[in-house]
Amino acid sequence: MGEKMLVFEGITKIFNQGTQDEKRALNQIDFDINAGDYITIIGSNGAGKSTLLNVIAGTYPPEEGRLIIDQQDVTKMPDYKMAAYLSRVFQSPTMGTAGKMTIAENLSLAECRGKKRGLKWGVTRARKKRYGELLKVLELGLEDRLNQSVGLLSGGQRQSLTLLMATLSLPKLLLLDEHTAALDPRTAAKVSELTDRMVAENNLTTLMVTHNMKQAIRCGNRMIMLHEGKVQFDIKGKDKESLTVEEVVKRFGAKLKDESLLA
Amino acid sequence: MVVLSVLPISLQQGLAYALVALGIALTFRVLAFPDLTVDGSFPLGGAVAARLIVQGVDPILSTLAALVAGFIAGCLTGILNTRLKINSLLAGILMMTILYSVNLRIMARANIQLLYRPTVFTSMENMDVVRFIPIIIFFFVITVFVKILVDLFLHTEYGMALRATGDNEDMIRSLGVNTDNATIFGLGLSNAMVALSGALVAQDQGFADVGMGIGMIVAGLASIIIGEAIIKPKTVFRLTLAAVAGSVMYRFIISLGLRLGLAPTDLKMATGFMVILALGVPAFKKTREGKDHLRGV
Ligand SMILES: Nc1ncnc2c1ncn2[C@@H]1O[C@H](COP(=O)(O)OP(=O)(O)OP(=O)(O)O)[C@@H](O)[C@H]1O
Ligand SMILES: [Mg+2]
Repeated sequence: MGEKMLVFEGITKIFNQGTQDEKRALNQIDFDINAGDYITIIGSNGAGKSTLLNVIAGTYPPEEGRLIIDQQDVTKMPDYKMAAYLSRVFQSPTMGTAGKMTIAENLSLAECRGKKRGLKWGVTRARKKRYGELLKVLELGLEDRLNQSVGLLSGGQRQSLTLLMATLSLPKLLLLDEHTAALDPRTAAKVSELTDRMVAENNLTTLMVTHNMKQAIRCGNRMIMLHEGKVQFDIKGKDKESLTVEEVVKRFGAKLKDESLLA
Repeated sequence: MVVLSVLPISLQQGLAYALVALGIALTFRVLAFPDLTVDGSFPLGGAVAARLIVQGVDPILSTLAALVAGFIAGCLTGILNTRLKINSLLAGILMMTILYSVNLRIMARANIQLLYRPTVFTSMENMDVVRFIPIIIFFFVITVFVKILVDLFLHTEYGMALRATGDNEDMIRSLGVNTDNATIFGLGLSNAMVALSGALVAQDQGFADVGMGIGMIVAGLASIIIGEAIIKPKTVFRLTLAAVAGSVMYRFIISLGLRLGLAPTDLKMATGFMVILALGVPAFKKTREGKDHLRGV
C-alpha cells in the first residue's frame, strides 16, 4: 500500500470542557489512512462521526493529540487554511453552495479552493467552457444553466453540483458527511453512484459518514464504526469485501441502537 | 412645472450621494453586514478634505486623503466585529460615535467654511454656464466610474469571495477564504466610497459640518429600497445600478416634497417612514420574497 495520507495520534475532542455539559466527543483516537483509501464511517447518533470530520477540517481544534496530513502536522491549522488539503460535502445541499451566485460562479469559487485569490477575472470564457463539459457528465442539464443562480436548483441538483465542486481542483482528502441523507431515495442513489465514480476516477482518499448500512458495506475498501468517541470496529481489505449487514448486526446490533442504520 | 424645476437639484444631489448608496449596498446587500459606520465616515470624509484644503493642500489630494480615512474607519469597524467579536450593529454604532469626536478634532471646531477656498469644483465654477451643469456632469462621471469599478471588482476572484462571504460564509471558509479579512476589507471599501462622497459634498456645498452625516444610513437605505423596487437586483450590475438610480429618485422625491410644503425639519422623519413602509409592507404580506428582501437589514 501507498504512504500514509492522514495520521491521528491520540486525538481527543472535549466540548464545554470544565463545565457541567462537558462532553468527550472523541476519546484518544489513533489510526491512519493510506493514500487512496475510501473509508466509510458508521455509528449511532452522537457517536462522534461529524466531530471527527470537523477535527480533520480544522473547524474544531482537538484538546489532545496530533493530526498529520501528508507528513505535515496540521493540528493547529485554522479551517480556512485546511482548505488547501481537503474538500467537504455536507448533509444539507444549501451548505455547500452560495445560493445567490450562479452555477459558473460557484464552480469558479471551488476551483480556487485553497489558492490565492487575486484580481483576476473569476468566470473566464475558458473556465465556462470547461465547466459546461464537466456538468454534462452529471446528466442534469446544468450545462445549459451556467448563468442561473444555484438557489433555483433542486436539492439533488445542488448536491451533485457540490460534489463536482469538491473534486474540481483535486483535494488530498474528500470528507463526506451524510451527503445523501437529505435527498429522496432515487436522487440519493444517483448522487451516491456519482460519488463512487468520482472517487474511483480520481483515486481520491475519502472519508464518508453514512447512516445507511448497505451503502457503508458496498462502498469503499475500509469501514470504521465509531461508538462513544472511540473506534469500535475497523475492517478492511478482504474482510470488508465479504462483510454482510447480518454480520455487522450480529456483532454490534446492541451498540448501534439506530433504526435507520439497520433499515 | 414643479417636477421640472426640482430636476437639476435632485440630479445633482442624487448623484453626489449615490456613492453612499453604493457603499451601503456593498455592506448591507453584498456582505450582509448591517454597517452603521456610515453616519460617521461621511462627515469624516468632509472633515478630512476641508481641514486639508484649509491647510493649503491640493483639493484632489485632500479628497484622496478623505477616501483613505474612510477606508481605515471601515476596516476598524470590521476589526471590532471579527477580531473582538463585537456584534455588527454595535461595532458600527461604536465607530460612528467615536468618529464624532474624531471629526471634531480633525476640524478643531464644529464646521469649516470652504467658500473662498480652491476645491475640485473651482475650475467648473469659472465656466461660462449655469453652475449645476458641469457639477452634475462631474458627479455623473465619478459615480459611473466608481459603479463600474465595483461591478468589475465583484467579478474578480477576490470580489467573488467577498460576495460568497455574505451569501454562505461557512462554505467560502471551507474553500480557503479568511472571511474575517474579507469582511474587514469590504467594510473598508464601502466606507471609502462614503467618505469620498462626504468630501465631494462638503466641497460642493462650501462647508463641512460635524452633523452632516446624521441620518445618512437611513437615507441610503431608502435610496436602495426605492431603486430595487424598480430595478430587481438579480445581478451585481443591477444591484449597483439600483443603488445609483435609487439615490437620484430618493432625492427627487425629497425635493418634490420640500417644494410641495414638507417642512425641512420633518425630512428625516419622512425618510424614516419611507423605509419603514418599504420594509414593513412585504413582512406584513408575509411573502417569502419579502423576507429575502430584508437580508442584511
Ligand atoms: N459544537 C458542539 N458543542 C457541544 N457539543 C457538541 C458539539 N458538536 C457535537 N457535540 C456533541 O458531541 C457528540 C458527538 O457529536 P457528533 O455530531 O460528532 O455526532 P454524530 O456521530 O455526527 O451524530 P449524528 O449521527 O447524529 O450526526 C454529541 O454528544 C454532541 O452532542
Ligand atoms: Mg453527524
